[in-house]
Amino acid sequence: MSAPKPLTDRSRVVSDKRMTLMERIYLPAMVAGLLITIKHFFRRKPTIRYPEQERPRPAVYRGRHVLKRDEQGRERCTACGLCAVACPAEAISMVADERRPDEAHLYREEKYARIYQIDMLCCIYCGLCEEACPKEAIFLTDRLVKADHLRMPFVFGKDELVEPLDPAKRIDVSGRQTAAVLKFKQNPRYAHNR
Amino acid sequence: MTLATALFLLVLFVITLTVAAYSTYAERKVAAFLQDRIGPDRAGPFGILQPLADGTKMFMKEDFIPAAANRRLFTLGPAIAMVTALMTGVVIPWGGELTLFGETFKLQGTDPEIGILYVFAIVSIGVYGIMLGGWASNNKYALLGSVRAASQMVSYELGLGLSIVALVMLNGTLSLGGIVEHQAANGWNILYQPLGFLIFLVCAFAETNRSPFDMPECETELVGGYHTEFSSMKLGFFLFAEYTNMFISSAVISTLYFGGYHVPGLDRLGLDPNLTTLIGTAALFAKTFFFIFFFMWVRWSTPRFRFDQLMNLGWKGLIPLGIANVLITGTVYHLVELWKG
Repeated sequence: MSAPKPLTDRSRVVSDKRMTLMERIYLPAMVAGLLITIKHFFRRKPTIRYPEQERPRPAVYRGRHVLKRDEQGRERCTACGLCAVACPAEAISMVADERRPDEAHLYREEKYARIYQIDMLCCIYCGLCEEACPKEAIFLTDRLVKADHLRMPFVFGKDELVEPLDPAKRIDVSGRQTAAVLKFKQNPRYAHNR
Repeated sequence: MTLATALFLLVLFVITLTVAAYSTYAERKVAAFLQDRIGPDRAGPFGILQPLADGTKMFMKEDFIPAAANRRLFTLGPAIAMVTALMTGVVIPWGGELTLFGETFKLQGTDPEIGILYVFAIVSIGVYGIMLGGWASNNKYALLGSVRAASQMVSYELGLGLSIVALVMLNGTLSLGGIVEHQAANGWNILYQPLGFLIFLVCAFAETNRSPFDMPECETELVGGYHTEFSSMKLGFFLFAEYTNMFISSAVISTLYFGGYHVPGLDRLGLDPNLTTLIGTAALFAKTFFFIFFFMWVRWSTPRFRFDQLMNLGWKGLIPLGIANVLITGTVYHLVELWKG
């Protein structure tokens, strides 16, 4: 019977034979090791020096959240709470309020989120809030949450989550809208969101 | 003249400390580069202020002495390690003669007739720092570390001594200045004593407690070895002493086997004597830095020896080799003398 084929090309047969003289004086092995490491010394380093350089992230990356506005700059969120229910980490909390007549230009529907908080340390960036949202209000983006020395700054309120009013500074989430997602959204059941 | 000597010693002191401090930086950089990383690069451009940051950190840490420790010896340990590490640089010839303001200065603290023996004596005292520190900690890991340091030091000093015996037979002097002059006249000792150099190099690794012989602080077995219980600048002194020792050993290796400050063919160029001296000093530092790099290169390339392997290598390998080297050197030297008539 022939020997079984090794599972990897790195397997070596172990033996406990006595070492030869060349092996026992250590030096050849030592020199071989030194030559290996010096080759690495001059090799290009794969390091990415993070705040200055950033690793390119895919467009569908699930990073820091954004609360979207519609084309007229009104907040899409109606504080239905479906995202908070969907959230497996229970990172989302909100307080709903009724829109006053003079606030029609700020909020898209009669009900809106007066307080909307995500604890970025609890969040596991799974994207279920985005999937749950019937109003296409919350999206995960390819931006990162910056590190800090304290815990409190990681509870993001509306000031950090809602995208800016200025159309030029809107946060692009088209990367998350893949062909499959867009096709899914053609479903007539979601027509009220468009 | 005494003032000049004092000034020279002060400069030497500062240079030794600076080189030791930057060896820690170099160690981290070399380690990083050998492992495909880039190492510390945050403190200043390329991280060159890293030693300052490390030093500040060391001073800011809590200086803790265990309740069961022997307080006096616990404090004495790092002090001895540091002081002895700084003492050996005095006898090394850092350069030739410098003529300033009509006076001639030697770039050497002092050149005793027993230069090498002095270095050996001080290095041997250095192990007391480690032993006292480890013993006074009242901790079994620290004690094991210091016992290892002591036995390792004793074992490898023999090999070191034997490799020097052959060298001294060839050069006819124990003075380091004399050895450098002999090399300048007759060629570097590495040409005549390759085996002796190898023995000396291996023993130097053991004497400075550097990997692959860093048994006394073997962190996989002994937590931190002899400095397990040390914190703050007491720990800093132990680490600093190791780097100072490394610098001094590299300088001693360069001086004994690689012609010290001698650069072949430099005196034939007919340059200004002062310039020749300075180039020589630069050459010595270049040689020294190469060996410091070599120490680091070896550390980050090889796994640690087991303690019985270490003892085997010392007693059954290097000492017989050293004796053989002495015999061969003596025989060949004698035959050459006979042949010359």
